[in-house]
Parts: sequence; C-alpha cells; structure tokens
Amino acid sequence: MLRHRLKINYQGIRNFDWFMFSIPLVLTLLGIMTIYSATRSVLDTPPSFYVRQSIWLFLSVIALFVSASFDYRKLIGYAYHLYGIGLILLFLTIVLGHTGMGAQRWLRIGPISFQPSEMFRIAIIIVVAKYLSIKRAPLSVSPLATLLFLFVLIPFCLLYKQPDLGTAITLVGIVVLMVLVKGVQRRILVSLLLVIVISLPFAGNILWEGLKEYQRNRLVAFIDPKVDPKGIGYQIEQSKITIGSGKVFGKGYLKGTQGPFRFLPEKHTDFIFSVFSEEWGAVGSVVVISLYLLLIIRGYETAFYAKDEFGTLLSIGISTMFLFYVFINIGMTMGLMPVVGIPLPFFSYGGTALLSNFICVGLLINVRMRRFILFY
Amino acid sequence: MIDKKRTITVLAYISMAVFVIFLLRLWQLQILKGSYYRKQSEKNRVRVFKIPAPRGIIFDRNGIPLVKNAPYFIASLIPGLSKKGLNLSGLSKLLDTSVEDLSEKIAKRKKHVLEPIRLKEGLSFAQVARIEARRSDFPGLVVETEITRAYPFGSTGAHLIGYLSLPTEAQLRKGLFAGTPRGTFVGQWGVEALYDKRLKGVPGKRFIEVDALGRQLRTLKIVPPQKGEDLTLSVDIRTQKTAEEAFKGKAGALMALDPQSGEVLALVSLPSFDPNLFVRGISQKQWKRLQRHPGHPFLNRVFQSQYPPGSIFKIVTAIAALEEGVVDENFSVDCTGAIHVGIWKFSCWKGQGHGKTALRKALVESCDIYFYEIGRLLGMDRIAKYANALGLGIAPGVNLSAERKGLIPTTSWKLRKKGIPWYLGETFNAAIGQGYVSTTPAQAALMMAAIANGGNVYRPELLKDQPGPEPIAKLSLSPKTLRIIRDSLVGVVEDRKGTGGTARSEIVRIAGKTGTAQVIKIPEVVKKKLANTGTMHGLLHTHRLKILQ
Repeated sequence: MLRHRLKINYQGIRNFDWFMFSIPLVLTLLGIMTIYSATRSVLDTPPSFYVRQSIWLFLSVIALFVSASFDYRKLIGYAYHLYGIGLILLFLTIVLGHTGMGAQRWLRIGPISFQPSEMFRIAIIIVVAKYLSIKRAPLSVSPLATLLFLFVLIPFCLLYKQPDLGTAITLVGIVVLMVLVKGVQRRILVSLLLVIVISLPFAGNILWEGLKEYQRNRLVAFIDPKVDPKGIGYQIEQSKITIGSGKVFGKGYLKGTQGPFRFLPEKHTDFIFSVFSEEWGAVGSVVVISLYLLLIIRGYETAFYAKDEFGTLLSIGISTMFLFYVFINIGMTMGLMPVVGIPLPFFSYGGTALLSNFICVGLLINVRMRRFILFY
Repeated sequence: MIDKKRTITVLAYISMAVFVIFLLRLWQLQILKGSYYRKQSEKNRVRVFKIPAPRGIIFDRNGIPLVKNAPYFIASLIPGLSKKGLNLSGLSKLLDTSVEDLSEKIAKRKKHVLEPIRLKEGLSFAQVARIEARRSDFPGLVVETEITRAYPFGSTGAHLIGYLSLPTEAQLRKGLFAGTPRGTFVGQWGVEALYDKRLKGVPGKRFIEVDALGRQLRTLKIVPPQKGEDLTLSVDIRTQKTAEEAFKGKAGALMALDPQSGEVLALVSLPSFDPNLFVRGISQKQWKRLQRHPGHPFLNRVFQSQYPPGSIFKIVTAIAALEEGVVDENFSVDCTGAIHVGIWKFSCWKGQGHGKTALRKALVESCDIYFYEIGRLLGMDRIAKYANALGLGIAPGVNLSAERKGLIPTTSWKLRKKGIPWYLGETFNAAIGQGYVSTTPAQAALMMAAIANGGNVYRPELLKDQPGPEPIAKLSLSPKTLRIIRDSLVGVVEDRKGTGGTARSEIVRIAGKTGTAQVIKIPEVVKKKLANTGTMHGLLHTHRLKILQ
C-alpha cells in the first residue's frame, strides 16, 4: 500500500505542470500587491487585507498540492457526498448566515468567515461531471430532467435566496455548457429552446420582481451609467475613470488614487482589476488578461488530453468557470457587463474564493499529470 | 463519446474572442479616452482652496496709511467632524449667541458635511482665545480667518475712503463679484469700491488631495496669492480732518482741489458714518439707525446733492457779459435795492441798495440788481453757454458714487419741459443763481478751479501724481476777463466791504465768492485761497459749502 502511494507521487512530481501552477501564483501575488495599494491609506493605518490574503495564499498553495496529489478519479465516488455537504452549507448560510452588503454569504466558524458558495462551485462541477460521464450521449429526457432539477434548480434557488445572483447565474451557465458539451438529443434541445424563448418574458418579469432594489439599480446603471453618476451609475463610471486614467503605462505602483481615496467602491474585491489597471496601464492590463487566457486555454488543453470523460468534463467545467468569472468581472469593471458581485479569480481579496480557485487549478493539474496513466 | 477536438476548439475560440473584446475595450478606455479619464480622476482627487490675497493699502498723499488689513475671525462648525449630541447651550454661551440662532444655522445647511457652517462672524481676539482653549469640548468647531479692514481715522473721509463688507444677497443674485471666493470682503463704498479691482489682488490657490469622504490628505501645490496694489490718494488726511472739524458737527459738503492737476485734497460730506461698523458685520439695529438718520449719512453731498448755487453763479454771468462784449468792466448800474418788471418786483439782498455799481463792486459786494441788468442784456441762452463751458450741468464723472448733473436751464429747455416760453424774470433769477439753476458742490468747486487755472474743468482726480488731468469742459477766456474776475474775487475776501470777509487770512491772500441760495436758505461760502500772493501759479483753492441755519 505504502509502496503504491510513493510510486504515484514520484510519477506525479515528474509530470507536475509547473507552468499551470505558476500562472495563478503570479496572478495572486499581483493581486496581493494591488490589494495593498488599493487599501493603503494616508490618514489611517492601512487594514491588513494584504497580510490576510498572503496567509490564504499559503494555505491555498498547500491545498493545490493536496488536490493534485490523489487520483482525481477517486472523486467520482465522493461526488454526491461533496454535493450534499455543499447544499447543506448553502442552506445553513441562509439560515445562520452573516450579512454583508445586504446579502447572506458568509458562515462564521470561530475567527474565520467562510463563504460556502465559493466551495460549492467545485462540488457542483464534480457532481455534474460525474453525472454526465456515466450517462450515454446524447442525453435523453429523463437524465436531463433529473440533472436540471438536482444540479440547476435547487442550487439556483438556494443561491438566489442568499442572494448571490452572480454566482447563481454563473453556475447555471457552467452546468448548461457542460451538458451541451456532453450532447443533448436534438429534438429535446429544440423544444427546450422554444420553451425558453416563449417563457422568457414571464421568467424575466418574475426575476425582475424578485430582485432587490440594489440589483435592479445595477442593471439600470449598466444600461445607462450617466443616469445618476453620483448614485447608481457611480460604480461603473468611477471604474471606467479608474481604468481609463491609467492610460498606456499607468500611474505607477502605489500612485493610483481612485482606490485608496475611496472614489471607487469595492476597490480590493470586485473592482480590483480597475485599481491594477490604473497603476499599470494598458501594458499591465494586457499582461494580466493574457495570463488568464493562458490559464484557460491550458485548462481546455487539459480537457483534451484527459484520459477519461470525467476528467474531460471536470477540466472543461473548471476552465469554463474561470472564463465566465474573468469575463463577467473584468467586463463589469470595463463597463461591458452589469455590476454583479463576482470576484476576479486569484486577484480579488477573499480567502475562500482563493482557496477554492487553487483547489480547482490543483484538480486541473491532477487531471493533466495523470494523462499518461494506463486505464485500470 | 464527446467530440473533444471540436468542443475544445470552439471553447478556445470563445476564450480568445473574450480576450480580443477586452483588448479593444482597453484600447478605447486607456488610449482613445485616456486623457479624458485622467482628467476626471484628477478632478476627483484634487480640490482647490483659495488663499485670500492681502488687499492693497490706501495711503494719503503724504504716505499716511488710511486703512489697515486686519484678520476677521469666524467661528464655524464642520458638521462631518462634530459628534452627535453637540452641546448647543454650551456653544451658545461660548459664542455669545442664542441656541435658536445656532440650531437654525446648523439646520439650514445644504452643503457637503465637510463644508464649514459659519456660526458667528467678526469674533474678537478674546473670543478666539476662549474658543481655542475649549476646542476639545466641541469637536468640529473651527476658527476661520478672512482678511478685512480697519479704518484708523474712523468717520474722517469715510465717503472718500469707503469700506469693505461681504457681498449682500442682492449683489450675489445679480452676479456681481463673480469669481470672488465665497466669504471674501469686497469694496462697497468710496475708493474701496471704485478701485476694488486694483486693491483686491489675486487670490492664491491651495491644491489639496482629498479622498472620497472629503478628508484632506496632503497639500500638492500652493500658488501664493498676489497682494493687491497699494494706492496713494491725492487727499491730505490732515486737511480732510481740519475741514471736517470746521463744520462743527453740521451737515454740509466740501471739496478741495488742486486746480492745476484736478487732485482732490479733501472731500467732505457730513454727516458721515464710521466705516469700521461694516467690516465686522453691522448689526441690524445699527444699520436701521443709520438708514433712518435725518441727515442721510449715506448721501455723498459733494456729488449727490444739488442746490441753487446762489451768488457764486454771478461769476458765470459776469464772464458771459465780458466775453460776449455786452458790457465792459466800467459799465455801471445804480442799485436802489429793487427793480420792477411789469407787476413783479426784483429785490437786491441789500434793501437800501448799493448805489452806483460797476462789475468789480457788483461781485465784491454781490449786488443782485447789477446782474439782473446784465442778465437782461445777455439773455438766458448765452449765460447757459458759459455755465456749461465751466462744467455746470455736466456730471464730473468721478464715479465715487452716483452723481447728479445739476441743471442749467435754457429757453428751449423750458419750452420743451414746461410747454410755456421763458420769462425775463426767470433770467433775472438765473443770473444770480436762483430759480431753475442748480449745481452740486463738486461742480461749484470745479468751476472755481477752472477760474484759478485759466478755464480748464478737470475731472477730479482721487489718486496722487496721475498723468495729465483730463478736461471734461473748457472755457477759452480772454486774459483781460480772467484778470478782472480774479481781481474781483480777491476783493470779495480782502476788501473792506467784501462779502467774504470772514475768510480773510493773515497768512495767505484768499479769493472767493459767497453764495446764498435764498429759496432754501443755504448760504454758501466759497473761498479761494492763494497760496502764493503775487502770482496765480501753484495756488490752492478751497471751495466750501456750509449750511448755517
């Protein structure tokens, strides 16, 4: 038994994708630098966000190695357990949750605040990957209905209730994409599309009615940020000012003013990219965006190389998640997307999210380094 | 099985499309509109505070400062820094004001939480010291400083020097003083108002970095203020003081001019007011009292009051008669005390008459009958021509205050205005400065100055050593006429029977002309001082108008 485990480890170290490991590491370090710059203050002692994020990075790196170390196929066996725990935590969050920004997203365990929805992302990708990998393609009505009910409707409702609309929509998007990759019978797909198109106005209305005031304002502001630049359009306008004012080469590190002087809200979380862009300009921004592109493409490449369908779907799910998060977050800071509370992976301040993202990269590395292993 | 190759290719293309969208947007935001957004971010971060500029000092012609710059203290509350449950009653005691007044001022604000609310203005040094000592009891309480004036000579020369005050609501609504920082004192009267632009200087700017809460983080740049220009007035404050004292508290006006340059040596309008009242913010009660004062202290009598000039107008009639060749200096009239025109009787002020009277005697003893006669020979319109040439009926254009023009009637003026023709009797009245004729004290002084300098009516100059006096009217006089008139005016003061005997001086020879407006009983004493006997150059000339009940 012992010999067997050691053998796997040797093989792992040889095939470990240091390139895939280095990208999130670089992004997180840039993120910590930017968190420091965004939260520095002339008058008060700066908050220790950057210190805490550094500690989380340390934990995250360990978590990455752990999640890369075991054979990912073992997850198939625990998928439902993980998913079940995830749902329970989400439920607990609603019941006991700690309110921040008008939403209940945190669970407090001792001194640590913990955001279950960030961990839930991994669980749902694993469980959907497992569910799809054991079904025959293209999907027929009954597995599709089961999947939509179990892995779309239930989590969507729980997240919507928090409310964490950004995460809810993103997760639905990831699941739908994974299903489409797997394949659905054409006639089902066509009829589903028809149902969606017909019910869209009603569903839209129900959704709109269900939104909180601030969420509606964000949508209105997205469509026309000039409506009330001091009010609802403020964030978008300030974010654009922050990015735009960086020009080609940026104002220089620790020379940005929009974040530390609080003109830009959520400067170290949702709008961290703007702060980075202000200080490093178009040049820095292109480097960061390229790093994300490299990570995502490498993730999809991993899906291509994966030895089994579970690995493929897992990798596609994770990579697509990064793609969606990056697209929505950076798009939001650039005024291309409505303001939804979605952090930028690796960059934004937030321990649970960082941990979760590193675990995801760990899983990608896991799939990638086991591509040479012969099947059972 | 999943078609991995196709799926991954599609997903990779989607990723690259997102990448391209981001690049295009970055290009748009940071390169195309980068300068615009850079400006916006600077506007966010940098707030400009004005630094008040020290105002120019006003000196008299001998270099004595007539004004002082003085700090003006304002107790203000910054609501954003004050805690809830502010001790209003304690604050009202400290500032010596009522709780209602304070709470009203605090409630009225519509501004940013870091904009100070002015609670009490014009604090004394003692009050400032007390506030500073108790600052910790009232968080958010600050003492702001503005620059204002102190007027060491008080009411002396107040109409000339003027005063500063904060712009009134009405002035602000009209958009006056646009570009002047909020709470800056502005010239409101006299030279302070007339030369406000030169005196006020250019305020400096302090560029301060602020955060979104408006907290001041650090000073980025300071553009120092430029001090306003110092002005040296032509007035001599000692002459001014002496002149004012001579009125012994009575109402009246005086303007002393240097006839060669038009410089104003003294400018008296009484009753006056203390300009120091205004700079500390005049109280409602004090303001009402000044407004209701029967002597109208805000009337600048030198330019704004008009009276029939009385006998000083005889100089005009005399000049007109000599210059027109109607009579010569030897022409004489037998004054019996009155003449009759139709049913009307026109009297001389001296009931028993002056007897045989020629021009010099007529001026020296101020015989009315003589001037009725030469007025009859001249006709009103010819008199008016000379009056206008001596600056009567014309605003002097000093603009120290609104100016009245007086009135020199003509026959066509009366027909136009009243619809009836001119009567001979009216010429009689006008010839001795009564009836329709009216002048301001300033015009009378300018006329006398013109006779002293040979016929030039100069715009009164308030500043010392200005280039070339500016004539507003000119009368070309023959040297002979000038000599006759000047000799007669010396006689007014020097001759035994001269009406101006009270002005006679041991030190200098004085020329002048008395005038009494019979209609409203305002005797005028007009004096002309000759600083240098023998010649007419470098002469001082004083015109005094005095109300003697």
